[in-house]
Amino acid sequence: MSKGSPASPALLATKSHGHSGHVGSSSGVLSHTAATSAVMGPNNVVAPVQMSGSEALVRSLEELGVKDIFGLPGGAILPTYDPLMASSLNHVLVRHEQGAGHAAQGYAMVTGEVGVCIVTSGPGATNLVTPIMDAHMDSVPLVAITGQVSSGVIGTDAFQEADIVGITMPVTKHSYLVTNAQDIPRVLAEAFHLASTGRPGPVLVDVAKDAQQAQMTFSWPPTIELPGYRPVVRGHSKQLREAARLIREAKKPVLYVGGGVIKANASTELLALAELTGIPVATTLMARGAFPDSHQLHVGMPGMHGSVSAVTALQQSDLLITLGARFDDRVTGVLKSFAPYAKVIHADIDPAEISKNRTADVPIVGSLKEIIPDLNAAVTAEFEQHGTPDISDWWAFLSNLRDTYPLGWTEPEDGLMSPQRVISRIGALTGPEAVYAAGVGQHQMWAAQFVKYERPRSWLNSGGAGTMGYAVPAAMGAKVGSPDRVVWAIDGDGCFQMTNQELATCRINNIPIKVAIINNSSLGMVRQWQTLFYNSRYSNTDLNTGHDTIHVPDFVKLADAYGCAGLRCERVEDLDATIEAALAINDRPVVIDFVVSPDSMVWPMVPSGVSNDQIQVARNLTPVWEEED
Amino acid sequence: MTRHTLSVLVEDKPGVLTRVASMFARRAFNINSLAVGPTEINGVSRMTVVVDADGELIEQVTKQLNKLVNVIKIVELVSENSVQRDHILVKVRADAATRLQVTQAADLFRASIIDVSTDSLIIEATGHPDKLAALLNVLEPFGIREIVQSGTLAIGRGSRSMSDRALRAS
Repeated sequence: MSKGSPASPALLATKSHGHSGHVGSSSGVLSHTAATSAVMGPNNVVAPVQMSGSEALVRSLEELGVKDIFGLPGGAILPTYDPLMASSLNHVLVRHEQGAGHAAQGYAMVTGEVGVCIVTSGPGATNLVTPIMDAHMDSVPLVAITGQVSSGVIGTDAFQEADIVGITMPVTKHSYLVTNAQDIPRVLAEAFHLASTGRPGPVLVDVAKDAQQAQMTFSWPPTIELPGYRPVVRGHSKQLREAARLIREAKKPVLYVGGGVIKANASTELLALAELTGIPVATTLMARGAFPDSHQLHVGMPGMHGSVSAVTALQQSDLLITLGARFDDRVTGVLKSFAPYAKVIHADIDPAEISKNRTADVPIVGSLKEIIPDLNAAVTAEFEQHGTPDISDWWAFLSNLRDTYPLGWTEPEDGLMSPQRVISRIGALTGPEAVYAAGVGQHQMWAAQFVKYERPRSWLNSGGAGTMGYAVPAAMGAKVGSPDRVVWAIDGDGCFQMTNQELATCRINNIPIKVAIINNSSLGMVRQWQTLFYNSRYSNTDLNTGHDTIHVPDFVKLADAYGCAGLRCERVEDLDATIEAALAINDRPVVIDFVVSPDSMVWPMVPSGVSNDQIQVARNLTPVWEEED
Repeated sequence: MTRHTLSVLVEDKPGVLTRVASMFARRAFNINSLAVGPTEINGVSRMTVVVDADGELIEQVTKQLNKLVNVIKIVELVSENSVQRDHILVKVRADAATRLQVTQAADLFRASIIDVSTDSLIIEATGHPDKLAALLNVLEPFGIREIVQSGTLAIGRGSRSMSDRALRAS
């Protein structure tokens, strides 16, 4: 860059740290591409050999270390499905492409590996748009392979042609259209590298049919060519020291922990930081399980339906130590009134998240796996030199809130079971080693609140996108990725009807998930808002699946039709026995229809459009802040 | 809002312009002008993007641009240390009576006449956007028939090259 401008620190932050100080130094490029480790998998050396593009595609997946893929064939991907028969890859044939996408997400979330789905062109590909967008919002490593019409007819509106690269451009980390068979190994290696490193995300690989059919020369490992992609790993030491200083000076610090801690596999490091400093920990919806719920330092989940202690901890804090979180509107409420007294330390692998919504006083770009131990060291040095801070007043305040306003519920007046109790018992009887996948809505919030999470990769949900129908296919993928763990889909009656066709996939492929339908006979969260904000005018939220309705569909019969065990529980006396019966069935999927009250609501709640100070623990009941202060 | 000129080195790959434009659209950033072309390095294109944005927003723009995998390097060029030029072609009404006045006006702006017909001229001019606006003001009374204008091109002053460190050695 000539005398032109010193690029702003923002520019430098992205691509220069760890290299020679300038954006895109050549040495950085060389060292990066020279490192064979950028190609995932064991990097077996394969001497050049002739094969078809589709054989190369399957072979590349094998060389990348992929074991399981989820998909559904069609015309434009047919050539690739043929060599798949002879492959070591376990292909799970889904019933709808959206199921393949969410299954790959669930697989990735549980294993930490890249989830893979493969579908055909046109509608096959567009059915993947929702899971791709979901993976993009929640930073899930996903490679989506789509067939495309032959390159000669691209652009002619050919049968089942869709510009899926164009359609998914805003919701992918990157995407490829492959029209030359020779490019297939390199593109797949790049796709897996991009999906799994830096901020994880979905990468689309669209492969024209003629590229699958053409002959090419396969060799391995390929050379990755990504001169513009250099994620920063180590945090800047000056910023880490500054963060340590702020931590020592803070009177009301909070660890605001997001899903990035789980993605970075940094839970152990987080535990060390929390115990070193004694600072309260709030885990967001995406971070449930990143820190043990049972730990004394845990104050709960913040946000629209967070606990009073967690919401207030952030709101009244003087220092937010933000780790892999992104100041989402569901956490902050009205942004300008959020945590008004707090300085912000913001550590994230994605520099664009820093100061996007809330300006950071101390930005730290890098992997939390590196940053948190570095921060622990800096804090230790800071405390040794200047003494350990006393935050006992802050803890007295928060402990009082935690004791005064614990999560809870009131029993519904209609005599039906409370959904919170059902979910709470599922968690208690199954234990913290299980995986819990939720759909979106009331049951999702209750599952986040009333299941106790003690370890990472035990809670799956569609956080950013809010995709109804996520639970069943995500649970399916999770069970494939982690067959020894019990996997629950905690679903709503609305969500379940969006993707329950994957029960067939589960039954046929021996994927024994357990589905708890929290059946309140309605689109419950929408209904709750109608109760609260639309004078109880229930426009189009009644689904007729529950108590005193015609039961369409009858979930027990539906389970039976899919060859699954179908149970129904309508009385609290039967609750534990039903859950235990479900836990005892492991030779096929189980579906339980828990008939619950439609009137139960999710509390606490910060109504939309107001400050987090207006949190309500129950309808129109806001805590008194100054007591005992 | 402040005007910012970003020079962006990108891989010359299909869809890269769409990726940049799509990112601007999706994030609700405004592109004032955009010019794309090849560079001295094979396989690398350079985009000059002029954006209207305030401090924190321009930081977001550059960070989001940097996230695009095909973007290699971004530099903001400020006017004191860079040369910025637009290119314009204007078709102006000019008959025997007014032709001389029009050509004189063009001369004053160091613009060239590149086509002449009985009742019109095409004037080509290069310069800072302000200068081109002034030229158009002067030509306006004669009757402007058509305008075509490029996006701003910008380059840093001095001997160093933006791509020196980015790619050349590799």
